[in-house]
Formats: sequence, C-alpha cells, structure tokens
Amino acid sequence: MTRDPATPAFETPALRGACLAVAGLLLLAGCSRDDTPPEPPTIAALAETLAETGLYAPGSLERVADGVLPYSPQYPLWTDGAAKRRWIRLPVGTAIEASDPDAWRFPVGTKLWKEFAFGRRVETRLLERLADGTWRFAAYAWSPDGREATLAPEAGVRRAHMLRPGVFHDIPSRQDCLACHGGRRDPVLGFTALQLSPDRDPLAPHAETPEPGSVDLATLKDRGWLDGHPRLDGEAAPRIAARSARERAALGYLHANCAACHTAGGPLADLGLAFDVRLGDGSASPTLAATLGRPARFRWPGAAADTALRLVAGHPETSLLYRRAASRDAAVQMPPLGTKTPDTEALELLEAWIREDLAEPVHPPRPPEE
Amino acid sequence: MHRSAVLLLVLLGFLIAGVAVALSLKEGDPLGAPPRERARSDESAVRLARGAYIVQTAGCMDCHVPWKMFDDGPGPDLSRGLSGHPEAFVVSAPPPEPQLPWVMTSAATNTAWAGPWGVSFTANLTPDKETGIGSWTAEMFRTAIRTGRHLGRGRPILPPMPWPMYRHLTDEDLDAVFAYLQSQPAVKNRVPEPLPPAAAPAAAPSSAEPPAPH
Repeated sequence: MTRDPATPAFETPALRGACLAVAGLLLLAGCSRDDTPPEPPTIAALAETLAETGLYAPGSLERVADGVLPYSPQYPLWTDGAAKRRWIRLPVGTAIEASDPDAWRFPVGTKLWKEFAFGRRVETRLLERLADGTWRFAAYAWSPDGREATLAPEAGVRRAHMLRPGVFHDIPSRQDCLACHGGRRDPVLGFTALQLSPDRDPLAPHAETPEPGSVDLATLKDRGWLDGHPRLDGEAAPRIAARSARERAALGYLHANCAACHTAGGPLADLGLAFDVRLGDGSASPTLAATLGRPARFRWPGAAADTALRLVAGHPETSLLYRRAASRDAAVQMPPLGTKTPDTEALELLEAWIREDLAEPVHPPRPPEE
Repeated sequence: MHRSAVLLLVLLGFLIAGVAVALSLKEGDPLGAPPRERARSDESAVRLARGAYIVQTAGCMDCHVPWKMFDDGPGPDLSRGLSGHPEAFVVSAPPPEPQLPWVMTSAATNTAWAGPWGVSFTANLTPDKETGIGSWTAEMFRTAIRTGRHLGRGRPILPPMPWPMYRHLTDEDLDAVFAYLQSQPAVKNRVPEPLPPAAAPAAAPSSAEPPAPH
C-alpha cells in the first residue's frame, strides 16, 4: 500500500493505528497510576458526651462496654489523691507494635480513658488514635450528681472541684495535656511494659490493686495484643534494677511522675536530666547518674546565686529534687502542673531513700540555701 | 582584524563575568550560591526581617531590654540586648504591696514586676546556652508561647508577659521571632526565678519552703 504524497504522514492508516495504540497505552498507564492524592480519612468530631465515646455499655454510666478493659500501672501518677480508673480498647483484630519495649506503637482506633474521682467522679479523660495516625485529647466533666459527663472546653475547666478551702482541681486544657503527653511518638504514658509488669512493686506509693479483669503484660501477650514483644534478658517480668526495695520504689515513682518530660531523648534533653527507666537498657534508671552530686541550672528563688545540687546523698533538705517535689509554689514545684498538694507518702519514701539508702555523699553536704 | 576584535570582546566579557563572580563570593553575596542555597538564604533573610519587625513592634524590647537612667531620662540599655533582668540587680523580697486600686509595681529597669503573683523577672531571650534560650528549639518556643509555660511544659509564665495575646501569632510568625532572637549576640545573664507573693494567696497555701523532712 502506497501513501498518497498529498496525505500528511500522520494521516496514514498505519501511523494512525500506531498513534491510537500509543494513546491507548498512555491512557491505560494513566488509569493504572492514580496521581491524585488519596482522600484524607474522615474524622468525626469529638463526642459531646462521655457515653458517646464508647466507654460504657449502652444505657449505663457504670458498666463498661464489651472490649473495654481496665488496667492499672504499678507506679501511678500523683494527682492530689484522686482515685483513678483506667481503661483501654483496641480495635478488633489489631495489636500493639511492641518490638521496642519502651515505646509501644498503638493501632489506629485505640482509645484509652482515665477517670479522676475525689469522693465523686470529676472528670474522665480520653486519648484516641485517629484514622490519620494522629492522637487527640479530650476531657469530659462529670456533673456533681454523676448523671452525665460532657465534653470540657478546649481551654479546660478551672476550679472544677474543691479539694479543700481555696484549693481546686482543674480540668486541664488540651494544650496542657500535651505538656506531659507531647514530645514522644505515641503519647500513651501509663500503659507500658514496665507499668504493666506482673511483678508489681509492693512499695510503690499509692499502689493500686488492679480491679478484676485488668490486663497486664502477661494477659496482653496471651491475648495476642503485642506484636514483636522481645524477651527481656530472660526475666519473667520487667522490674527496675535497684540496690534495695526502697530504691526500686523511689526510682519507679520518679519514672512515673517526672519522666513524662525528663527523658534522655525528650524535648528537655538538653537539661541532662532523665528519670525514665528503659527496659531496653537493662531496666536501670538513669536517675542517679543525672542527679547525684550534679549541679542544677535552677536556683531557688531568693537564694544566693551559687550552684545548687540536684541530689545530695544523705541530705534531702539540700537536694533540689526533694525540695521541688515537696513545694507547691507554682514557680518551684515539680511536677509543675496537675497537682496542688504535696505527695506526703512519696516524700517519705524519697526522704528515706536519700537519707539512708544512698551511698556516702560524693560532695560534702551543703548548708540550706535560705 | 574584524575576527580579532570579536575574540577580544568575548575574552573581555569572560574577564568581567569572572571578576563579578569573584567579588560576589568574596562579599558573601548569596547570588554566588547555587540556586537552591540562594532560595534558602532569601527565605532565611525574609524570616529574620519578619522576626525583627515583630520583636520591634510587639513590645518585646520594652521589658526584655533593661532600662537605665540616661542624661535625658530613662531608656532601654541597648548594649545589653534582650538579656532580661540583670542578675546584678538582686531582688530578694517583694516590695511593699501598693494600695488599691494600684496592684502592680515595676522596677526602674522595667525587668522586675511585683503583683499578686509575687515578683516576676523578664527572661534572657538571647541565644546564650546556659542562661538564655540558646538551647531551646523553635518547637519549645512556640509551645511556651502557646501554653504560657516555661520551656513549653514547666512553671507558668507570669504577668505581665502578654503570652495570651502572642499565642495567637501564627507558627510562621513565632518561628520568625525565634529565628531573629537566635541571630542576636548571646549575653550571659542568669535571670532569677520568680519570687512567691509576700502573703501566699489562698489558692496556693503551701509556701516555697518544703515541709521539714522527718
């Protein structure tokens, strides 16, 4: 077949066919490779009531829903004596990625709740991992008659409950939630291999008796809720390495109450102050290395501008760690939020540990700063 | 002859271009940088200028640059930069409480403020690593302004620091302020911690003193 010289090349049947074939292939390629960004997952707004978050069985504000399981960390965070209850729900068929025993990764759809009661239920906080992988925080304020709990404003609720005349429990703002829970990959704090160890510390301040049905590390493994959880040094259950039972409890208390901010890899790492016990590092606490005889940047208000020490063996009265834990002056106290009453049970433990358990001072005792 | 003239002109062109490039590199002209670095440099300059503009217009210098008395009256001592309350000016107790309707007292330096919250001291905002914000990250700075907490997670940032207003700045503006502050000369000046009120208010009944150990 010869081409009419007057006919342009692209109009010859052969070339037309070739062009059509190429166009078809391009079209197919275009169809098979979707360049449009995927639709962001739809995320429902926060429920207006606690009942709508899925914590309770339908029609109840007492009995939790199926699949919602209680848990109890062995070293609880001090919140001015609040009685706390905690629950977790993982989506059906999912598991926690637990290959790093100190930084569990929770599946999308995980929900954790924590109830705070001072004689009556005052608030229940919710931590939820969303479809886009992010976490969100919310608090639900209970009515004084306990008949409903509604979503607290983002700015929190000041004076939500009177602890004693002139002193109130505040429901935190969502920004304040981040002060403790932020700065880490997954913001869950009390649901960890160490906190859920079946080898619970009997000397832990405010140690709780787990309610029936509570999950711990052993039951999590049995349920298949942990993926890749490593065997840790052959130990049956995680346990803080310490020279005495009292030291174990003291280091556990500091881990639970201070390590949300003061971790080696956290946002305040530059301070060189870490309290987090890492099972991956042999379950030893970095506390002593970071504090004993170590100078602090902090200066007690009104004190002379000399160097103060974080921890002085044998001398709680000159150890900034003890003094700041004992203070509730807002400019000085530790932790800086979430508490307005010193934890006397923990202070007794810390005092005895510093005075009696620690070795001879590496620095001579210093006189009080005031 | 004509061809030689063209060749000469071309050589002259190369010479001029070479000298221009050499001069620009010598003076650190970002035009001497590859396009991507140049874009980064331009972006950085814009951010610094934005940060300077906000710092100079949002009142930061009113309190974080200490004031002193000049021949013609009080004014900011720019030689100290934004280094906050001078550590040599020791305040060990709140001043006498003013009578209502007066509630606040400020020191002559404009860096120490007394009120119902106690005594607050303006922070050292220069990039000194020990006493300023040299070890802070932009994220810490943003969080501090957004939450009103020192280091973004510590003690409350006290009045009269207007963080409730600044918290509405965009991330870009806060990052620009932080970048500008970090570009300033570091000044070593350890600002004291806040003092508690002379009479502890009912909401904070415990004193700064810890209970005596047993």
